[in-house]
Amino acid sequence: MRHIISVLLENESGALSRVSGLFSSRGYNIESLTVAPTNDSTLSRMTIVTTGDDRKIDQIEKQLNKLVDVAALQDITIAGHLEREVVLVKISVLDEQIDTLKRIVKSFNASISDVSPNKFIVEMSGSCEKVDELLSSLQNGDIIEMVRSGAIGLASGEETLSIPCQID
Amino acid sequence: MQLTGADIVVKSLKEEGVEYVFGYPGGAALHIYDAFHRQDDVQHILVRHEQGATHAADGYARSTGECGVVLVTSGPGITNAITGIATAYMDSIPMVVLSGQVMKPLIGYDAFQEIDAVGISRPCVKHNFLIQDVNDIASTIKKAFHIAKTGRPGPVLVDIPKDITADVAEFLYPQDLTMRSYPAPRKALPNEIVIAVEAMLSAKKPIIYAGGGIVAASAQEPLRDMVSKLGFPCTNTLMGLGAVAHSDPNFIGMLGMHGTYEANMAMHDADLIIALGARFDDRITGTLHNFAPDAKILHVDIDPSVIDKNIKADIPIVADVKEVLIAFNNELTRREKDINPELLKEWWRQIKQWQSLDSLWYEVDDKVIKPQFVVQKLHEVTGGQAYVTSDVGQHQMFAAQFYGFSDTHRWINSGGLGTMGFGLPAAMGVKFAHRDADVVCVTGEGSIQMCIQELATCKQYDLPVKVINLNNRYLGMVRQWQEFSYEKRYSNSYMDSLPDFIALSEAYGHVGMQITKPSDVEGALKEAFAMKDRLVFMDFITDQQENVYPMIEAGKGHHEMRMRPGSKTLA
Ligand SMILES: Cc1ncc(C[n+]2csc(CCOP(=O)(O)OP(=O)(O)O)c2C)c(N)n1
Repeated sequence: MRHIISVLLENESGALSRVSGLFSSRGYNIESLTVAPTNDSTLSRMTIVTTGDDRKIDQIEKQLNKLVDVAALQDITIAGHLEREVVLVKISVLDEQIDTLKRIVKSFNASISDVSPNKFIVEMSGSCEKVDELLSSLQNGDIIEMVRSGAIGLASGEETLSIPCQID
Repeated sequence: MQLTGADIVVKSLKEEGVEYVFGYPGGAALHIYDAFHRQDDVQHILVRHEQGATHAADGYARSTGECGVVLVTSGPGITNAITGIATAYMDSIPMVVLSGQVMKPLIGYDAFQEIDAVGISRPCVKHNFLIQDVNDIASTIKKAFHIAKTGRPGPVLVDIPKDITADVAEFLYPQDLTMRSYPAPRKALPNEIVIAVEAMLSAKKPIIYAGGGIVAASAQEPLRDMVSKLGFPCTNTLMGLGAVAHSDPNFIGMLGMHGTYEANMAMHDADLIIALGARFDDRITGTLHNFAPDAKILHVDIDPSVIDKNIKADIPIVADVKEVLIAFNNELTRREKDINPELLKEWWRQIKQWQSLDSLWYEVDDKVIKPQFVVQKLHEVTGGQAYVTSDVGQHQMFAAQFYGFSDTHRWINSGGLGTMGFGLPAAMGVKFAHRDADVVCVTGEGSIQMCIQELATCKQYDLPVKVINLNNRYLGMVRQWQEFSYEKRYSNSYMDSLPDFIALSEAYGHVGMQITKPSDVEGALKEAFAMKDRLVFMDFITDQQENVYPMIEAGKGHHEMRMRPGSKTLA
């Protein structure tokens, strides 16, 4: 099954390589991995999308937790959550294709964010599934290059990811 | 007090109570070496190869429970140390490794002797640091020791650029430490203890399976207390030998690939496996698909990640095994009247029957020396009280099977990584910690040559360890696998051109002996151990074709052991 794991990571040099190294050395899948600073300057937040049965996911979480730089983690797939991914697609279009493209863009709530002669960059943010759908709709056009940000997400409602208070 | 970074390093080690640092100098570490020269609180031991430094620190750590400390230079210094760091990592041994690094402005420019120490060590350390500022040295070293020693122990690397060891800062060793991302280990809940003890009291075919975690937690006392309260059969892993004394009637031998028949059969047939500080690794379980089909698994470990990793636990308890054992014992005392030895009668009858096969038997020979015989005599001559290190191969298994350990911290071997070359330097580290004890390295002619240069260190520091070389002129364990699985195609397992070990030992300033007749074994051992202040290298010319039995072969379950040909069978 597909899981989205959010990790609060100490903003230390090498922290990212510890996480990515863990995944490669133990043979865990990474579908995507994103990391960026948070409102707390000492912490980064990483979002890992991975797949595996319950036992594998349990191991992934335990092994991540063992890393000294991991401050907290949460499998946000378990409860309700909001998932987003940004995609940019550069396509070349002939004049007669422009209308079709605009229709597709509109139906996905996407936008054309960069325009140059016969080359458009389409931008969309949505769930990873939505991104997949957009890409398959654009399949017939001439995709020159594309980039996906990888998923990010937050659990909805009361559920939050924060550092557990240390009780001594 | 304003000090240089190098002095801060050494002073921090002193604050941690470090007695010995095992190391080897080089450019990037020279300021630190100069600081060692200015003091005599912490003694630096000069080895002959950085691998030797890590194994020596490791032997020191395993025999004392303290943290071993290593100092090496950048580049080849740290790469040479990696094997020893990985060895400590696989066996969860507390160790702090300090490595010099090229100056900060040169990092990333392929400077002379630059290597990414943090990157290259990452898969085999519990944690590592690259210090960026002289003001961080003391607190980083404090953290390194804390991480190495607490929770599931392990090696921690601290990489220190050379310019930082020349910078000056105020020295103040921190007293407290806050690491929000490294919380204290979990404690067991009262309810978990009650449930676990309930399972013990109703078990009809229980077995206690105790591993290296008992050694790491120094939990042998409460373990023995529990074993005697319950009267359960108990097996130790290769890493846990000595946790329950070999002479204890409840001890049914080591388990796993070369464990006893009775220990492996009891694991297979058990209705309750009580795993204490053990991790169900593949050398223990054999194939997993028919592992202990009827057993409920009670698994206690400080590391949550070992729970459910290989074998699913029915009753998991994540906590310090010593604390858990004490809690078990309290609960067992409370419920003393519910302990019913009658329940175990049939189980013990079955175990005794398995034991009657005497699965470790071997043919005694009066012409050629059997390696097992040497180890048995070694036990007698040392009164079973020696610290025994070993290398990796058949001799390691013979030592484990036949020495008979009465206590923890006495059996020192590379169980997880299986590092040939470990034995001699590890014995040096043990000897530093236990000057008056007998320290023995049981080795093979293959393994000993992997760190033989440390004989010079033994000379320099007067370390009268005894080397027991079980010389079968083969990479014996490899030869055994080739005999069993490759139709005796002995590809590259024969050691041609062995050195004259007597001459070699003498060249290093030690005593060498060669023993070729079984009748000379005991006398030679006595003679060697009588030389209290000399290193004696004893080259025993042993049976070339001897194999380690019994054995769980690849792809087999632990109830399908291969026995020595000619073994008794059960009626
Ligand atoms: C560094 C290293 N290289 C290779 C091996 C694989 N290996 C395991 S046992 C063994 C043979 C050891 O031979 P020896 O030291 O003579 O001991 P014996 O088995 O003959 O007792 C080898 C090569 C290893 N464990 N470690």
